[in-house]
Amino acid sequence: MTTHVLGDTGVLTGRSLRHILRSPDTIITTAVTPIALMLLFVYVLGGAINTGSDESYVNYMLPGILLITIASGIAYTAYRLFLDLQGGIFERFQSMPIARSSVLWAHVLTSLVANLLSVAIVIGVALIMGFRTGASVAAWLAVAGILILFTLALTWLAVIAGLSAKTVDGASAFSYPLIFLPFISSAFVPTDTMPGPVAWFAENQPVTSIVDTIRALFAQEPVGGDIWIALAWCVGILVISYGFAIAIYRRKMN
Amino acid sequence: MTAEAAIRVQGLQKSFKDLHVLKGVDFDVARGSIFALLGSNGAGKTTVVKILSTLLKADAGTASVHGFDVAARPGDVRESISLTGQFAAVDEVLSGRENLVLVARLRHLKNPGAIADDLLARFSLSEAGGRKASTYSGGMRRRLDIAMSLIGNPPIIFLDEPTTGLDPQARIEVWQTVKSLADAGTTVLLTTQYLDEAEQLADRIAILHKGTIIQNGSLAELKQLLPAAKVEYVEKQPTLEEVFLTLVGDDGTNDADDDRDRGPVPAGKESR
Repeated sequence: MTTHVLGDTGVLTGRSLRHILRSPDTIITTAVTPIALMLLFVYVLGGAINTGSDESYVNYMLPGILLITIASGIAYTAYRLFLDLQGGIFERFQSMPIARSSVLWAHVLTSLVANLLSVAIVIGVALIMGFRTGASVAAWLAVAGILILFTLALTWLAVIAGLSAKTVDGASAFSYPLIFLPFISSAFVPTDTMPGPVAWFAENQPVTSIVDTIRALFAQEPVGGDIWIALAWCVGILVISYGFAIAIYRRKMN
Repeated sequence: MTAEAAIRVQGLQKSFKDLHVLKGVDFDVARGSIFALLGSNGAGKTTVVKILSTLLKADAGTASVHGFDVAARPGDVRESISLTGQFAAVDEVLSGRENLVLVARLRHLKNPGAIADDLLARFSLSEAGGRKASTYSGGMRRRLDIAMSLIGNPPIIFLDEPTTGLDPQARIEVWQTVKSLADAGTTVLLTTQYLDEAEQLADRIAILHKGTIIQNGSLAELKQLLPAAKVEYVEKQPTLEEVFLTLVGDDGTNDADDDRDRGPVPAGKESR
């Protein structure tokens, strides 16, 4: 059975990609909120924010906006997975001679594609708004790699939510705290302007290290130790949520 | 292996937390026959089907399907079966044809497109094949669902309450499909809460009640147990249905609904 893992995953990924193709609004809605935030912060609030650097504000806040995009995009994975479980199609797949893990992987890969598309739209709008970077191809690849890792980590979290949700609302509600996490980080303002405990939280939560790394890569500055902290967070969340997701999936099958 | 029963269930037990759903279920299903598992809601019919189709694991007892133990060789069992669950398991976003192609690909068959077209024709869905399944009526959706289950010609098919929620015409279409399956040698295990459905279709009927099989036999054998009650119920029910079908059937054929646009196989009694 394992010989078909790749083929089955490919067929099932094709299926859920078709869902996205037929309702491209999911990609657009994912991109709309971050774009609105970006407009708000750059043209309304940004003028009053002192980031302590010479970078334009759109350059400063784009990394955080990209993470918000992904955090809101993965909610659709939980939603689609939940709908599959609700309808009988999930059971049909489970009763067929296909690799069982491919059902989950198809949703994860689809999430990756959809989120990268949304991220590309947001970057496009940022470019129109004056975002500029002299980042090398290698730096861009590093940014893409971190964003992919971040998407995979959060998507497996979304798989847990999709598998264990009791209602459609529950399936997507888990993403709200994730969307807000960048606000209590270095994404929009430097953390040293925050009061002690908040600053401590902001500096030690995953978003700050990821934002700082991407910002440094775009600004062609040395990333320092941040990149390792960022990677550790992403891989850590990925491994733990993958483990939980698979355990829940197995238990559901018994 | 051919002489062996297609499905053999012995001492099957299953609990969900405190709820003891199956308390030792035993039955055999002969190859090529239609076997009905009859029971009220919550009797455990779906649980039996889920265990046999490897979606659930039994707490105790053994079950084998097509000669394979469901616990020890679930992969071989899945190769030999198809499940049509209680809710039509179609992808609403995909078209009918895409649904069929999807299943053919997942069964690793050659020419998935040709298989899909053939089944669309057999189930009178050719015209609707390009439309999203979400636009289908209940009967069409169920036909598509059953068509998806036939891909790869599995020797054993499970139908879990295949006609629940269908109108009388669609119900008859499903019955005819089931009969033609059995005629072609497929073993069918169906669950139902409708007495007339079991009566119409099944070679053998087992009544599942409170977690055990309380009776198992042919219709004639079961009738001998409680003739009066059975006959009274069965005779009343078809009368209204016949009235309905006669009233609706004759001038209803020209309805715009594709559901009634039926072709050769699952045809109702009226001709087009």
